[in-house]
Amino acid sequence: MKHLLGIEGMTFDDIQAILATAEEMHEVQQRPIKKLPTLRGRTVVNLFFEDSTRTRSSFELAAKWLSADAINVAAKGSSASKGESMRDTLTTLDAMGIDAIVMRHAGSGSVAQAAGWVKASMINAGDGTHEHPTQALLDAHAMLRNFRANDLGTLEGKEVVIVGDLLHSRVVRSNALLLPQLGAHVTLVAPPTLLPPGVGAWNVDVSHDLDAVLPGADVVMMLRVQRERMLGGFFPSEREYTIRYGLTAQRLQKLKPHAVIAHPGPLNRGLEISSAAADSARSIVLDQVSAGVAVRMSVLYHLLAA
Amino acid sequence: MTDFIISGPEFADGTRRDLFISGGLLVDERPHGAETINADGLMALPGLVDLHTHLREPGREDAETVESGSLAAARGGFTCVHAMANTQPVTDTAENAEHIADLGRAAGHVQVVPIGAITKGLAGRELAELGLMHQSRAGVRVFSDDGMCVMDSALMRRAFEWVKPFDGVLAQHAQDAGLAGPGACCHEGELSGRLGLAGWPPVAESVIIARDAQLAEATRSRLHVCHVTTAEGVDVIRWAKTRGINVTAEATPHHLYLTTSEVIGYDTVYKVNPPLRTDEHVEAIRAALADGTIDIVGTDHAPHAPQDKDHAFADARPGMLGLEQALSVVMETMLSTGRLDWAGVVDRMSAAPARIGRTTGQGRPLAVGEPANLVLVDPARRAAVDRNASASLSRNNPYHGRDLPDPVELTMWRGRVTHRR
Amino acid sequence: MPSSQAPGAAQPKSTPERDVTPRAEASTDVKSVMSASEIARAVTRMSHELLELAGGAEDLVILGILTRGVPLAQRIAGAVSDTEGVEVASGELDITMYRDDLRSQPLRPVGRTVLPGSIDNKTIVPVDDVLFSGRTIQASLLALADLGRPANILLVVLVDRGHRELPIQAHIVGRSLPTARNEQVRVSMTELDGVDEVTIESETSTL
Repeated sequence: MKHLLGIEGMTFDDIQAILATAEEMHEVQQRPIKKLPTLRGRTVVNLFFEDSTRTRSSFELAAKWLSADAINVAAKGSSASKGESMRDTLTTLDAMGIDAIVMRHAGSGSVAQAAGWVKASMINAGDGTHEHPTQALLDAHAMLRNFRANDLGTLEGKEVVIVGDLLHSRVVRSNALLLPQLGAHVTLVAPPTLLPPGVGAWNVDVSHDLDAVLPGADVVMMLRVQRERMLGGFFPSEREYTIRYGLTAQRLQKLKPHAVIAHPGPLNRGLEISSAAADSARSIVLDQVSAGVAVRMSVLYHLLAA
Repeated sequence: MTDFIISGPEFADGTRRDLFISGGLLVDERPHGAETINADGLMALPGLVDLHTHLREPGREDAETVESGSLAAARGGFTCVHAMANTQPVTDTAENAEHIADLGRAAGHVQVVPIGAITKGLAGRELAELGLMHQSRAGVRVFSDDGMCVMDSALMRRAFEWVKPFDGVLAQHAQDAGLAGPGACCHEGELSGRLGLAGWPPVAESVIIARDAQLAEATRSRLHVCHVTTAEGVDVIRWAKTRGINVTAEATPHHLYLTTSEVIGYDTVYKVNPPLRTDEHVEAIRAALADGTIDIVGTDHAPHAPQDKDHAFADARPGMLGLEQALSVVMETMLSTGRLDWAGVVDRMSAAPARIGRTTGQGRPLAVGEPANLVLVDPARRAAVDRNASASLSRNNPYHGRDLPDPVELTMWRGRVTHRR
Repeated sequence: MPSSQAPGAAQPKSTPERDVTPRAEASTDVKSVMSASEIARAVTRMSHELLELAGGAEDLVILGILTRGVPLAQRIAGAVSDTEGVEVASGELDITMYRDDLRSQPLRPVGRTVLPGSIDNKTIVPVDDVLFSGRTIQASLLALADLGRPANILLVVLVDRGHRELPIQAHIVGRSLPTARNEQVRVSMTELDGVDEVTIESETSTL
């Protein structure tokens, strides 16, 4: 594997290999000396055109724990003919002789475009509303760890429900591509205004009725809804959204005993997810965060070690 | 000025005769001391007329100039181009329009007719000086805010009313700004959802066409719809024409040939506004061009420098080159499929555009007394398109590497050869 | 033990039916150098030597280096436990992330290190099947350094085949085997390969 551009384009073997290695990386997180020499001398640049403290620090830690040199570049998103073109930004960095660029950008497909311009390995840390592959991998990894710890088997045959602003979400696209490959069944729940066009052709079921779907769920993944979308007419009011599509305290009662709650963060407490849900024992949100470093270490290993 | 004898060309009606050119006109007597051009195996057609070209001068001379753009036009078999108003500064005054006409004259490759903006600065708020642009040396007849859609219905109505006395025509870029905002960059559908690109739904085109057609009806003025791309848009135009509304429409070569699946891979050369659409829409456009619901082919030639395109797909400037391959693509999609014959091609690419633009001396039949505006075409020759072998200053050519007809042998404008292979 | 090196220098261990038509071909010469019973005896002796060197089983942690060091370590730990009558601590050490040859090889899957507890102040006994260049052991020393601070490290290997590239020596060796560089020493363990055997493979060309 030279690049990680998305779940699309990964083979099943790639996915399994990355998840298997991620499992071994947890051990490093428990040690007093959080260091493996494996990527010593490799250089990884975090090129973030969109800010994200969480994802960026996760990649930075992953690189450093593998002894790679890691730097962060906060690039300015430039619209056409203002300042440096995206291509110039990429090729300038590449010319410094770095090994990998972890890139986040508001433009869907931008990381794939960049891969055609540089010699370095490109890692997609989120491109527009297209994909966020390491997020999907860490989500699956966190779910698998939870199931194993509770003797619930694997993702095979599990029901994963994903709820929220799916139209503007790259996380849902990557998860919808990954989870069925691992044997899970995915149901998307969103108001009609927040569904991606052509979602009927995806390998998922779609529902507008959260209450009907929750009792069958093994995992409920809540995705964030931005308040500003109200101004675009995507939903009439925050309370209507929450009452019809939010994971309220009352909805927690409908869940199976072992069902867990996931959220990629950051949370909009009170909008898509209640504090009761976010803070409940079912929440694996913090496990997702620790899974994130392990998965990203695994990705860096698979792309850069050999 | 050289006289010419063009010997043995075939005409669109299938007949064959020699053409005599003297003093810039087609004459009936064989001139003496003339240069003979052997046109055996070639067709002689009226020079092509483009109602929709972007020459980036003034403002973006790094991407194209009137000189380079009109040279590209001559290579494409054109003898006239209408230059859209979205330059920097915008062509919204008589002086700006005259300046562009002067540049065209100085370049001397094709007749360059400036298009005037409908609104000042293309801002969509106040009318531009439509009448003064018309009465200037530039003689503007076609007005367009292309690039932008005039969203204000009341303003659009006033514009229709203002141009009516001098038979002006409003050419609308039909894109409802609410339904397809500035970020919309890909035909809304399964592919846009999968690629994560903001969708541009067909209804954003058809609602504006419907509104404008009804305004044209109410004011009894003329509407021209730029670059129609949807089956829905075609249906509205068909309805308007059956009602006797004075509406004409245009299709671009790329919307006859390319589909939205080109966007897989996010190559920004395929980013264009309105976007490439699915097979069913391409088919609807071809059928409409064949039956005349769509009246003309307009290239929407849109040169862009690398720094305009080397961005994330959503951020790149939309637009493709079109002048040099326009005839090739029309031959490939309409002629060789039997949907148009040569007479039809001449109508859609020469006569009808000149009629809509009221451009005298262009789009005329090849008959004695008419200006010698013509193109000699080899109907059989093909070649792989090389984007680097272009007169344009830009290289955003979507046909690069594709095997297409390579027809243009010679272009003549007012009796002067402007391009020879 | 004859080692075949130069083309045509040695005849393969041939059956009478072997075709001796002269043509250039590469074939693999496989020699068995330790049988199952020889391995068993070596394991017994090594476990006794280990106990003698360490002065007892207390504070011993026997770690098999993945992959073939693991069953070997388990046998040695078993033998030590039987002799002493106490369960000796054992585990497994994966050194993939510490290898110095990652960039020149296809990507390897990462195995799991399993430690019975802290290794601080213990006598750590890495166990491997073959000691060759010494780089695997170097990697295991780096791995152990990141896991804690042993009081002592005693290296146990079944076969020492020479050709060291680093100053590394095993404390306890099952069998010393002089080999040529281009020969392959294979240790097969029943737990992984279905049989106990040590073989040397060499390529010969016959003309």
